[in-house]
Amino acid sequence: MAGVSGLVRRPLQQVSGLLRRRFHQTAPAALQVTVREALNQGMDEELERDEKVFLLGEEVAQYDGAYKVSRGLWKKYGDKRIIDTPISEMGFAGIAVGAAMAGLRPICEFMTFNFSMQAIDQVINSAAKTYYMSAGFQPVPIVFRGPNGASAGVAAQHSQCFAAWYGHCPGLKVVSPWNSEDAKGLIKSAIRDNNPVVMLENELMYGVPFELPPEAQSKDFLIPIGKAKIERPGTHITVVAHSRPVGHCLEAATVLSKEGIECEVINMRTIRPMDIETIEASVMKTNHLITVEGGWPQFGVGAEICARIMEGPAFNFLDAPAVRVTGADVPMPYAKILEDNSVPQVKDIIFAIKKTLNV
Amino acid sequence: MKKMLVAAVSRVLSGVSQKPASRVLVASCNYSNDATFEIKKCDLHHLEEGPPVTAVLTRQDGLKYYKTMQTIRRMELKADQLYKQKFIRGFCHLCDGQEACYVGLEAGVNPTDHIITSYRSHGFCYTRGLSIRSILAELTGRKGGCAKGKGGSMHMYCKNFYGGNGIVGAQGPLGGQIAEAYNMAALWKLPCIFICENNRYGMGTAITRAAASIDYYKRGNFMPGLKVDGMDVLCVREATKFAADYCRSGKGPIVMELQTYRYHGHSMSDPGVSYRTREEIQNVRGKSDPIMLLQDKIVNSHLASVEELKEIDVEVRKEIDDAAEFATTDPEPALEEIAHHIYSDNPPFEVRGANQWVKFKSIS
Repeated sequence: MAGVSGLVRRPLQQVSGLLRRRFHQTAPAALQVTVREALNQGMDEELERDEKVFLLGEEVAQYDGAYKVSRGLWKKYGDKRIIDTPISEMGFAGIAVGAAMAGLRPICEFMTFNFSMQAIDQVINSAAKTYYMSAGFQPVPIVFRGPNGASAGVAAQHSQCFAAWYGHCPGLKVVSPWNSEDAKGLIKSAIRDNNPVVMLENELMYGVPFELPPEAQSKDFLIPIGKAKIERPGTHITVVAHSRPVGHCLEAATVLSKEGIECEVINMRTIRPMDIETIEASVMKTNHLITVEGGWPQFGVGAEICARIMEGPAFNFLDAPAVRVTGADVPMPYAKILEDNSVPQVKDIIFAIKKTLNV
Repeated sequence: MKKMLVAAVSRVLSGVSQKPASRVLVASCNYSNDATFEIKKCDLHHLEEGPPVTAVLTRQDGLKYYKTMQTIRRMELKADQLYKQKFIRGFCHLCDGQEACYVGLEAGVNPTDHIITSYRSHGFCYTRGLSIRSILAELTGRKGGCAKGKGGSMHMYCKNFYGGNGIVGAQGPLGGQIAEAYNMAALWKLPCIFICENNRYGMGTAITRAAASIDYYKRGNFMPGLKVDGMDVLCVREATKFAADYCRSGKGPIVMELQTYRYHGHSMSDPGVSYRTREEIQNVRGKSDPIMLLQDKIVNSHLASVEELKEIDVEVRKEIDDAAEFATTDPEPALEEIAHHIYSDNPPFEVRGANQWVKFKSIS
């Protein structure tokens, strides 16, 4: 009996050894992580890594976060690291900037970036400009984060996109993640960066799951600030977007692929400093460009991209004027039919691509 | 006597009351015209004397306050239902439990006085004169809404009512910074009543965890203040009259803290039980519900009967149901109107849509 089982056991061992080797070579099972979970993990890892890191904002501690992004962190790290503030943005943003100046590494959460307008003086005048004004003496290692842009039915005062406003200011870094990998890698980089970083998240993306590649599962996974990613290579047209619209661009690309149009979709990831080189290289290959953003058209992200393309080597490669797809130039209306027509949809992107390609 | 008989006869003829005529006639003869009640003394800050500690309630006023509070209550509960049925989207901050604040305040000021409030505004929308239909249709985003569907829950306006504001504290200096507003109002002796609806919580945080001093009526510092029982409509009314007189006499601004309670969570996305207990909510409902308190006063002092109040309930329910029917069937605003009302007093101009080929017309 023993002999037989030995016979049986050996092949099994050989087989399992083979399997083990296989597992090292191929990726572990795909890990589905929502953007919310990715942000939570990223903050958790950085809180654990550096005791100077702390989170403050409204409902971030005992309520687990208004959108549950900081769920479980207060329970794990306590009152000194996860701090509930009164509803006083100017006050607590100021306190956070002061803490950063004194050597701590705060993460200051705005429940939405609409409320950051209450505190914008602290973000720009106290945080962004100080290293410059002090000729390099006083850094401000702070992260301002929270949901940005349109949600669903939250009307004019709660739907504004601040990418252009914050992207306008020297001294600030501004990042805008799309998927879970972006969220995790960028929040970690933002926290480790010694400069003030504004991280524009998106409420509608919080619950969306994405596959997190194995390298993104490491505690030292960082996405460099200032580097865009080509989400989908293509040859006919360059489509540049940030945040939730990246997903819409990929949808449009899938539809157009069936018609023989191959779009190169670029996920900006960072608004400032903008990775114009990646966009230029792409335009020099495809000869066509459209930009897509949720914010208003005037003085927006797309406007900046178009201006820079004209200033650089890619201009001569354009076979048609660059086109911008944006939110409608109106305060966000509440009624569903009006709201739907105030944000860029997949059909608007497809239309703009075809117009640019003259098909 | 004649008036009451006429009222009784018309009630019978309208068929609302199911009782035989004689009993109704007898019942109506027993109503008093008014009654006097003791009300809670207000805590005072920098004031020698405060509002009276008794209040006279006429039968007419009693029925009016009752109906208005019940309307607000039922309207908010209907909004809860419509939200769960997904007819209302986005944010929805309900004020059931706080009815006495709105009704008492309106009773203490003139319709020509100006009021501005926060996002928890539906009660004021009604007391300031918007119809239930126009409020509910605004919540459901239809063209019959008071803002033609463009504003939603937090952005409803009417004459002498400046909303409905989405940003916490914006109404202070617009009313934000409240300390700045207090300073300038006091400095320039502006006739302004600063009201704090203290419902014990700021979103999900108890006031003891957010405020170094929870004596909000004293937070005006050099500005006088009153602490008022916000669950008693008569207390609110008398305090408001007192505060309004104070302002109108040129003495400057005054703070009024209304101690009240909201049954719902901060908004419809907050269940409202993670930071407070269900026992606490039930306790307030059982002991301090503003509608119940007024009902007891009215019935016990024979200003009206329980049956009469029940009739009002039926009437209110019908009005709310009608309004909800309107709010769920009225069409959405036309897409052509998406860019209207960007500027006031402006000649029409073109507005860009999602790309340069989508153009909308903007009319003032």
